[in-house]
Parts: sequence; structure tokens; C-alpha cells
Amino acid sequence: MEWVQTIAVILDSAIRLSVPLLCAAMAGLWSERAGVVDIGLEGKMLIAAFASAVVAFSTGSAWAGLGAGILASVLLALVHGFAAITWRGNQIVSGVAINMLAAGLTVILGNAWYGQGGRTPPLEGAARFPDLTLPLAATLRDVPVLGRLYEEAISGHAAPAYLAFLAVLVTAYVLKHTRFGLRLRAVGENPAAVDTAGISVAWLRYGAVIICGALCGLGGTYLAVSQSAGFLPHMIAGKGFIALAAVIFANWRPWPVLGACLLFGVFDAVAIRLQGVIVPGLGQVPVQAIQALPYVLTVILLAGFIGKAVPPRASGLPYVKER
Amino acid sequence: MSAAPIELPRWADIALVPLISVAASLLVAGLVVIGIGENPLLATTLLLKGALGSVEGLSFTLYYATNFIFTGLAVAVAFHAGLFNIGGEGQASVAGIVLTFACLGLAPLPGFLLVPLAILAAAAGGALYAFVPGWLQATRGSHVVITTIMFNFIAANLSVYLLVEVMRKPGSMQPESAEFARHAILTPMHILLAPLGLKLPDTPLNSAFLLALAALFAVWLLIYRSRLGYEIRTVGANPRAAAYAGISPAQITMIAMAISGALAGGLAVNEVMGVQHRLTLDFTAGYGFVGIAVALMGRGHPAGVGLAALLFGVLYQGGTELSFDQPKITRDMVVVIGGVIILFAGALEGLFRRFTAAGLALARKG
Repeated sequence: MEWVQTIAVILDSAIRLSVPLLCAAMAGLWSERAGVVDIGLEGKMLIAAFASAVVAFSTGSAWAGLGAGILASVLLALVHGFAAITWRGNQIVSGVAINMLAAGLTVILGNAWYGQGGRTPPLEGAARFPDLTLPLAATLRDVPVLGRLYEEAISGHAAPAYLAFLAVLVTAYVLKHTRFGLRLRAVGENPAAVDTAGISVAWLRYGAVIICGALCGLGGTYLAVSQSAGFLPHMIAGKGFIALAAVIFANWRPWPVLGACLLFGVFDAVAIRLQGVIVPGLGQVPVQAIQALPYVLTVILLAGFIGKAVPPRASGLPYVKER
Repeated sequence: MSAAPIELPRWADIALVPLISVAASLLVAGLVVIGIGENPLLATTLLLKGALGSVEGLSFTLYYATNFIFTGLAVAVAFHAGLFNIGGEGQASVAGIVLTFACLGLAPLPGFLLVPLAILAAAAGGALYAFVPGWLQATRGSHVVITTIMFNFIAANLSVYLLVEVMRKPGSMQPESAEFARHAILTPMHILLAPLGLKLPDTPLNSAFLLALAALFAVWLLIYRSRLGYEIRTVGANPRAAAYAGISPAQITMIAMAISGALAGGLAVNEVMGVQHRLTLDFTAGYGFVGIAVALMGRGHPAGVGLAALLFGVLYQGGTELSFDQPKITRDMVVVIGGVIILFAGALEGLFRRFTAAGLALARKG
């Protein structure tokens, strides 16, 4: 039964690696379904990781860290909203600005406050989220295959990880089955129609942008306060862009986004495991090839060589009322 | 908030709006400096002294400006065609790889053949790596922005693979290529100007700076004085009108992206061939992204790009000197300023035009 153990371990690390992607991808989904393109997911996660690590360190509470991470990320999201919605600025330009702002500010502030080259001091004890053991994990571990998978892969993650999976459920439900969700999707497809119905396009979009900020905050906090024990400069390392790829890959729908994030998580876990291993028939697979796979697949998908990516029709377009 | 475009006199449009947004960005940076408990006036003095106060400082400033001229022009040319090329980093990386293969592989050639060939190879590498996203947008409808972002990461992974597995200098632990031959590098400025009787300190400034100045002029000729440039600007202003006038937007998209990528390749020429003399990991160091700020600040005009590149050169060199004196203010401050300039001069342009218009109206009344 060694292979069950191997699969369980890979799945476990795939889930760990996909949680930050999942948060950022859900964030991107909310924003883009409302018609606001957001390539600043990376920067928002970074500022959240920093703010959460700082507050978790100074208060000793991981939950206070989560609050600070979400707050910082939402503030940055509001800057994006102000530029993109209120001033109808170029949303790509604004996203690039937010990424650079976050990359610079976090290092400068971290360096000025702690003098460790931008790192925050290591978090210990209650300042980090503990791994939770789900009910019955120990009891079921002797059930063949499934019990082991449940104990290794499903159980034993930190609270923000379960919140991230809950966010998928809530997103899918709200977008599909509530009035708010319907209006939000409409504003991403045909804002003029929503406006004609007497509903404020700007407020709906601001709502989406705030939700986007909160979810990025969750993802950034998970990285700094749960997966690592503190903030490291540039610790998001492109995850915000892989998340963007996952949203496109999943055609802007919540459940497929979950699938794409898990798939990209599996790639990452396998890449780590294959380091220096010789695969029969293939020889040594370069880790970089597997790591580049999400990006390559997204380019191929976007170009319509496999399937077709159809973004929300009004995404990226500022809404002008008087036309 | 009215949707009517804000009318401004031409001089205000060209000079005043960028100046006000840059001034506002520097104010924000000053607030950050105050926030970390340092004196912004002292910091500014140290920064200017470090960047412009000595021949050595000035040489470093111009060396950094060389990188920003290339990446700024790359973004600007794409802007004129209505395209947003975020892939400068990736294009420069690929240009560096091709350049290194040329410099090492063509080493038997004499310098006067090898150097131009290597520069052309870098331009071709960058051009090809930008052409593909342009081609995908023109023929398959996938957006250049997303494709170039993805291409940045693909290039980063490719660089790591090649430098670790293929091009690494035998016996070296560092992920870097073998050193180029003496005749396969660009001449440092202090050697170039020595015959003229000028004694310059030994700095990274090299003949790529002259290439950058030539590129500024060439891009001005291309955009404002050539038929192709006219077509590029027409497609950027209105693709449908361009198509009606017999210009193919698809063709122009691909050409503009290729030119943009070739210009981004200049970053590799300066860094790899002019300074490091070998391929290193991450030599692009974010210059490609700052290029977006340079292009926005310079309004896409080569003269503006040159001035903006000089400003960022001053910030980079001055920032480096400043961080020796005041370790709390690291060079990351430049990244913050770049981000704020992109926000103010790019995304919040409407807001700053409104400010400018209001200010001008007040001035007229008073």
C-alpha cells in the first residue's frame, strides 16, 4: 500500500500549494465577472501577507493577522476600484501599479521596522494558524485507501485553507442563485442594461472589487501566517498570475476554477517531488518544464487551440453613462 | 463626473499633466520616507548628490538610464499601436539567452563582425518572443496583455533551466554562463573616451548608452516621420478606421510587437554584453516593469522617454548611494515611486487632467 501513501502525500501538498491560488483565483473571478480586470492580485496578496505577518507578530494572534491582511488588501483593491471605476482609468495599468507599489512598500516598511532585509520576525505559537484535525480522522485511518486519503490529504490543514474551499462554495452559490450574483454577472456582460434597470453599475463593481480584495487578503495571510512563519520579500512569487491563469483556464466559472487550482497545485507538488528523480522512459524531467506548464497551457487555451476561453463581455471596459 | 473629455491646451497636455503627476508621486514617496522616520529633504539632497554630484555618480546614472531608455521605448512603441506589452522582462531574458549563444558560439569571428551580429541576435530574440503574442492576438484573438504576462514566466523558467542545465560554466556552482571573450563585449565608456583626453572613472557605463541614444532617435523617425509609424499610430488610434484606409491592423499588431520586443532586447545588450560579460540569472531585475512607468511618464514620445529614463536613472543611482547613508531607505523606494507614477500618470490620468484643468481655470480668473 505504499502507493496510497505516496498519492496521499502528493495530494496533501497539492492542496496546501493550491490554497493561495484558490483564494486569488476566486478573487479574480469576482472582479472579472463584474467587468473589472485585475492583474493586481499578486500585489494585493503581497501586501496582505506583509500586514498579516506584522499584526500577527505584534498581537500574537493569527486571527488578528487575518483581519489586518484582509484590511490591507481591501484598501489596495479600493485604489484599483477608484482608478478603474470612478476615473475609468486603464485597468491593466492600474493593476501593474498596484503590483509594483506592494512589492516596494512591503520591503521598505519591513526593512525599516525590523531591519532584517524586509523579513518580519518569525511567528510562533498562537501567532500562526495551527493545523486542524478533522473529526474521525484517527478513527477512519484504518479504512483502506479512503481512510488514509482522508487523514493525510483532507484533514490536517489550517483554518484559512478550509475557509478558501468554503469561499468556492459560497461564490458558486451567490453568483448563480442570488439576486446580487445575477446583477453582478450582468454588470460584467452588459452594464448598460443594468443601469437602465436603475441599479448602480459603480456600486456593484465596487462590491465585487471589495470581495476580490478580501479573498486576496485571505490568500496572502495563508501564505505568511500559516504556510510560512512570517513574511519574506516577494514571497507571492507569481502565484497571483498563476491564479489569473486558473481563472482563464476555467472560463470564469467557480467550480472549474477549483479544478484548475488543484491541477496547478498537483503540477507544483509533482515538480517538487520529481526534483532529481529519473522517470522511467523519460529520463530526468526538468522541474522548470513542469513549473512552466500552467502558463503554457493558458497561452494554448487562450489561443483557442484547445477549447475556447470566453471572458465576460464587458471586462476591462469602463462604463460611461452618458452615451 | 461628466464623461466629456477634459480639454487642455497642448502645452499643458504635453508638459504640465506629466509634471504634476510626477511631482505628486514624489510627494507620496516623501510621505513614505516620513512614515519610516527619516527626513525627506535630507534624503532628496543625498539622492541628488549621489546621482549627479560627481562624474562617477553621473556615469552610473546614465548606465541605469540606458536600461530604462530601452524598456521605456519598448513599451512606448507598443502603446502607439494600442497594445500593452507587459512582457519586456521576458523578451529581454530571451534576448539575453540568444545574445549569449551568439557571443560564445561566434567567438572565432573578429570583434567588428561579432559585436554587431550579437546585438542583432539579441534584437531578433526579443523581437521573436514579442512577435508570438502579437501573432496570437492578430490571428487567434488572445489578448497580448495576458499572453505576455504568461510569456514572462515561461522565459523565467527557461532561463533557470538553461543556466542550470545547459549553459552553466563547467565547474561553477553559480547559475551563470562562461565569460565572453575580450573582443565580444561592448567598450566601457572610460576606455572609449580615453583617446579624446577625457579621464572618466571605471563605471558600468558603456557604448550601449550610445546605442540607446540612437534608438531614441530611430524610434522618433519611425513613429513620427515614416509611413510605418503613421500606420502604427493610425491602428492605435482607431483600428477600424485604419482597416478602412487599407492598413491591416493584424499586420501592424505583429510588426509593432516585434519592434517593441527588439527594443526590450537592448536591456540585454547593456546588461549582459556591456556590464556582466556573461549571462546571469535575473539580470532583467524589474527594469522591464519600470519601463512601463517611463513610457507613461514620457507620453510615449522618445524625447519624453529619454527624460523619464534619466529621472529613473537618477532615482536608481541616487537611491543606491542614499541606502549607504540611510540604510532604512533602500532602493525599493524606486519601485514604490515607479508604481505611484504608473498609477498617477497612467490609471488616474483623468483625475490629474481634471486637477490641471481646474488649476488653469483658477489661474486665468485670478
